Amino acid sequence: MAALTVNLSLSLGDFSLKVSETLKLDGVTALFGPSGSGKTTFLNILAGLEKRSVGTVSLGGETWQDTKRRIFVPPYSRRLGYVFQDDRLFPHLSVEANLLFSQKRSHYSARTTQPIKEEDVIKSLELTSLLQRSPKSLSRGEQQRVAMGRALLNNPEVLLMDEPLSALDMGRKREIIPYIERLANDFCIPILYVTHNVEEVARLADTMALLANGRIAAIGDITEVLERTDLWPLTGRLEAGAILQATVGDTKNGMTSLSIADEILRIPAIEVIPGTRVRLRVQAKEVALAIQRPDNLSIRNTLTAHVLKIDLDETVFAELLLDVGGQHLRSRVTREAVEELMLHEGQQVFALIKSVAFEGRLLIN
Amino acid sequence: MESLDLGPVWLSLQLATVTVAVLLVIGTPLAWWLAFTRSRFKPGIEALVALPLVLPPTVLGFYLLILLGPAGAIGRFWVQLTDTALTFSFSGLVVASVIYSFPFAVQPLQNAFEGVGRAPLEAAATLGAKPMDSFFSVASPMAIRGYITAIVLGFAHTLGEFGVVLMVGGNIPGATRVISIAIYEHVETLSYDQAHILSAGLLLLSFFVLLGVYIFNRRLPLNRI
Repeated sequence: MAALTVNLSLSLGDFSLKVSETLKLDGVTALFGPSGSGKTTFLNILAGLEKRSVGTVSLGGETWQDTKRRIFVPPYSRRLGYVFQDDRLFPHLSVEANLLFSQKRSHYSARTTQPIKEEDVIKSLELTSLLQRSPKSLSRGEQQRVAMGRALLNNPEVLLMDEPLSALDMGRKREIIPYIERLANDFCIPILYVTHNVEEVARLADTMALLANGRIAAIGDITEVLERTDLWPLTGRLEAGAILQATVGDTKNGMTSLSIADEILRIPAIEVIPGTRVRLRVQAKEVALAIQRPDNLSIRNTLTAHVLKIDLDETVFAELLLDVGGQHLRSRVTREAVEELMLHEGQQVFALIKSVAFEGRLLIN
Repeated sequence: MESLDLGPVWLSLQLATVTVAVLLVIGTPLAWWLAFTRSRFKPGIEALVALPLVLPPTVLGFYLLILLGPAGAIGRFWVQLTDTALTFSFSGLVVASVIYSFPFAVQPLQNAFEGVGRAPLEAAATLGAKPMDSFFSVASPMAIRGYITAIVLGFAHTLGEFGVVLMVGGNIPGATRVISIAIYEHVETLSYDQAHILSAGLLLLSFFVLLGVYIFNRRLPLNRI
């Protein structure tokens, strides 16, 4: 695991970026923030493409920039991979030649254990049928897959990804996300993933740093950061929902069991090895409440919970924060219901979950 | 009819070839600098490069004659260096042609490099390509059409030049008597047959060179976007 240590400042007209942080890079780390918050600028500083910044950048024991000591390692000597927002494949080269371009100039040295093999990358990203094609003839999603492969074959110590999905429609996004998940697992390369899309963060990342106005506003485990109500103006509310971690059980009758604390959730079958920890997203509006465990319901998923907090908003709705065996869940019900059921903080309730979005992210431990 | 002297044809081709070579060597770095610089001197340099486009060849030729002459700044240096005069010599013609055709090589290259932009070069750098490597393996192949345009325009423009050559080189057979001057002289002496042959030859050559370029451009993979 590599630690990225930065202590940087950059002023460009009205915009200023000031980041002083050590990021432990492991798995996928999301750098999240609204447009104009300085995310891309931050990546460009790390890559050495933005030379006007002042301060220090180091990865592991290697110093990339130290303005005081007049150190500035040029981009071509930094062991990193960069997947840009636009694909930036070389149009005069075939897909295969693009990959070879990278491999020939690979950062691999005997210091690292094993060079990344071309056939593994081609297999993992399913590039075989694209190799002879010209980059311009590929769809945007295919281009991004090739760009990821090309960055990997350079044997980087960290992979920077700058909103790689932003130019894709929803359908294409769903196609690409599994490939990104696979990268982090198959090749054990930490990924720093820039996005302004909170859904992507929830789906892909373990840790997130929230960037706003050129400053890191919060950093930590994604469930913690996304739960902080004070940050909602910045993060958006993730469609007012919560993320639950569960362990996969067996699959029967087209339904898979997931255990959360001592309870079992049943969801439409997923192809995941039993015992794997997965992440689920439950939208607040999909959670109804009962004060007694109900029988004879079409909703099969009932979790025992405790009310932690009741937020009455301006509308007719109220949002409740619930505790389920140490994890958080949100429920959105009407204010009327809160009054009639006499819901109060600390009370035991039963959360009836109508539907669960399986996020599919396989947590590394 | 006197036998046709092909000397001027070969001299012109030789001059155009040498000129294009020099143009590429000097023009490429300058075009690169103009394409990517943020310097405040850029507009000034661009205006200087474009001057030969608007100046009458005689104006350019006049100043070059003074500058390259044995009493001029460059000419004197050349005499010290080689013991020969720069004016009325093949070398002098090369210098004059390079300056005269400069915008025809620099502008297409500059446009082509601007078209390539910083993005692919940044990508190449993050993949471990050093600047020279990026230039030869990414920027130049992507700017191939700029090179072709620069070479063809530089070559054709040098073949066709008249005023500057006459001012700086005069009309010395085997040394400075290029095709356009030979044609002019044939017309002056009413040898229309020779003038016809050389003119038609130049016309056809120019047409087929340009035709070849346009066909090649169509087939270029970069064009199929």
